[in-house]
Amino acid sequence: MIEEPEQQHWLVRPTTIRWLWRGFIAVLTLVVLAQLVFPVKGYFGVDGWPAFGAAYGFLACLAMVLVAKALGMVLKRDEQYYIERDAAERNSGD
Amino acid sequence: MTEFMSPAFILLAGAMLIGLARGHWRTALVLLAPLATLWAVWQVPDGVAATLSFLDYQIEPLEGSPLRRLFATIFALMAFTGGLYAFRQARATELAAGYAYAAGAIGVCFAGDLITLFVFWELMALFSSVVVWCGGTPAARAAGLRYAIMHILGGVILMVGIVGVAMRTGSIDIQPMLAGNFDTWMLLIGILINAAAPPVSAWLADAYPEASPSGSVFLSAFTTKTAVLALILLFPGEPVLIAVGLYMVMYGIIYALLENDARRILAYSIVNQVGFMVCAIGIGTELALNGAAAHAFAHIIYKALLFMSAGVVVYRTGKSLCTDLGGLFRTMPLTAICGIIGALAISGFPLTSGFTTKTMISQAAAYEGLFVVYMLLAAASAGVFLHAGIKFPWFVFFQKDSGLRPKDAPWNMSAAMLLFATLCILIGVFPETFYQLLPYAVDYVPYTAGKLVFYLQLLLFSGLAFFLLLPLMRRTRTVSLDTDWLWRVAMYRAAATVLTQLTVLATALRSRRLEWSTTFRARAEQYFGAPASQKRAGIFARAWSIRSTALWIAVLLTAYLLVYVI
Repeated sequence: MIEEPEQQHWLVRPTTIRWLWRGFIAVLTLVVLAQLVFPVKGYFGVDGWPAFGAAYGFLACLAMVLVAKALGMVLKRDEQYYIERDAAERNSGD
Repeated sequence: MTEFMSPAFILLAGAMLIGLARGHWRTALVLLAPLATLWAVWQVPDGVAATLSFLDYQIEPLEGSPLRRLFATIFALMAFTGGLYAFRQARATELAAGYAYAAGAIGVCFAGDLITLFVFWELMALFSSVVVWCGGTPAARAAGLRYAIMHILGGVILMVGIVGVAMRTGSIDIQPMLAGNFDTWMLLIGILINAAAPPVSAWLADAYPEASPSGSVFLSAFTTKTAVLALILLFPGEPVLIAVGLYMVMYGIIYALLENDARRILAYSIVNQVGFMVCAIGIGTELALNGAAAHAFAHIIYKALLFMSAGVVVYRTGKSLCTDLGGLFRTMPLTAICGIIGALAISGFPLTSGFTTKTMISQAAAYEGLFVVYMLLAAASAGVFLHAGIKFPWFVFFQKDSGLRPKDAPWNMSAAMLLFATLCILIGVFPETFYQLLPYAVDYVPYTAGKLVFYLQLLLFSGLAFFLLLPLMRRTRTVSLDTDWLWRVAMYRAAATVLTQLTVLATALRSRRLEWSTTFRARAEQYFGAPASQKRAGIFARAWSIRSTALWIAVLLTAYLLVYVI
């Protein structure tokens, strides 16, 4: 169902989404700058570095998505995989 | 001395009566039995409150402590909310099985000895299997059978451990131990199977999403969290649990990222969250154990909330695949908001219950100087936001418009979701009140400016990563292979091969039978003589000379002597 921009729910209109992105980026910047005012107590040194949480969170997610992607190439099967196998076996068993 | 009875029996009686009652009586039972149980839970005093003699052992069916009451409280609360969520839609069988299952969990909470623990443990296995079967589809029947086999196997291993510990130490008390010998390892493995630890984590994501919408809400709460309680009671500070927990944390994230079924995403994230708790138990300090207990409490609430939200979607649309869903926020605002609150709580967002409980575990790792553990838990916190915190609400309620315009939740489902959503926020905003329930005194302060900045950076930038990496996470209509492939496919094939070979052998035997029996008979007649005719005496029937007979006897006696000496 493709709706005209005027009929769309206000939340999914391109203008709203543009504003949401702007707001999101502003919040991201603020959170990084906040570290200047409220220093993060690092328990191991490295975790107290400026913007460490931001970089670490982003890179950790990137790594996990890439690992999942790579594993997916090996592990993913069509959603009918087990269903078809079960059906085939039931037929051959009779 | 049995002044007190385990509160589990109240809920168990309730479960039995639910099967018999009809109409308003059933509704009253569903809503009142858990509340009566909750009241009874708070009447249990500290220490052993009831003893019985069984064989040569002193059974302690009821032992209270703040930790045990904490778990029993959340189990009773969960039974109430699950009942409220389910009572107008679920079948009586499912409600009764769900309550009996919860009763088993509460029984485990107050078990003072390993035998009582085992009995209630098996009660859970039995009735949780019934809850899976209540899904009613062929897939649910098959998954329920695999689930039951796994838990029976786990029960056997646990029993081996209990018997071993009882024989070796002479005591069946529940007391802290370490996995040092065969018995304690069996005990640990038996418990870890219920915690969905590797290599059998697959049973959880296999079974839970096949249950009915309300069934999976019940299932999400009890089995893994009783295992967490048993680990806190029996194996606090067992180092192997740190590694097991970290594996579970990462396993849950990776598989959830690959998954297309919304409820299966949530099931994988149970493994992930239980991994946090298992890891904390491995760290084993007072702060870590507090963290594990607190996180289990908070986890039951937000995970049930997430399953309730997903359950409403399945109930209203009959669909649970991300590829079929999307854009549901338009007509299901309440379900979407409750789902988002649950998702924020599981991600440990500030002002939700996840933040005030999960950070205790990270803090405990930091105090112990466990750098790698701390960093992996931080990475996992980011990963939780990625795989459950945003992925679940995004793909179900937003992303593309699927064109589906289902109605929002029925009133009882809404009430159950609102109750748990409120609790998620209350524990997040007023953690001090909640901390008083924990087993050890708490001097942990969750909200410091530095910690807030760190976690907000971590979480918000994972959010950024999610939206930037969306093209890499396009949902595909696939399933992911897991270790259960070994018994669902490989072992099946092996068994089929053996069966085929046996059939070949049997056919060969049948066709050659006549030929072989003639040969055997001829050989037998040669030695023993034919029975009917006395014309030809068999070799053994001939008269032998004394010389050769004596020689044979000597040979036989020597052989006998040799055998005896060896």
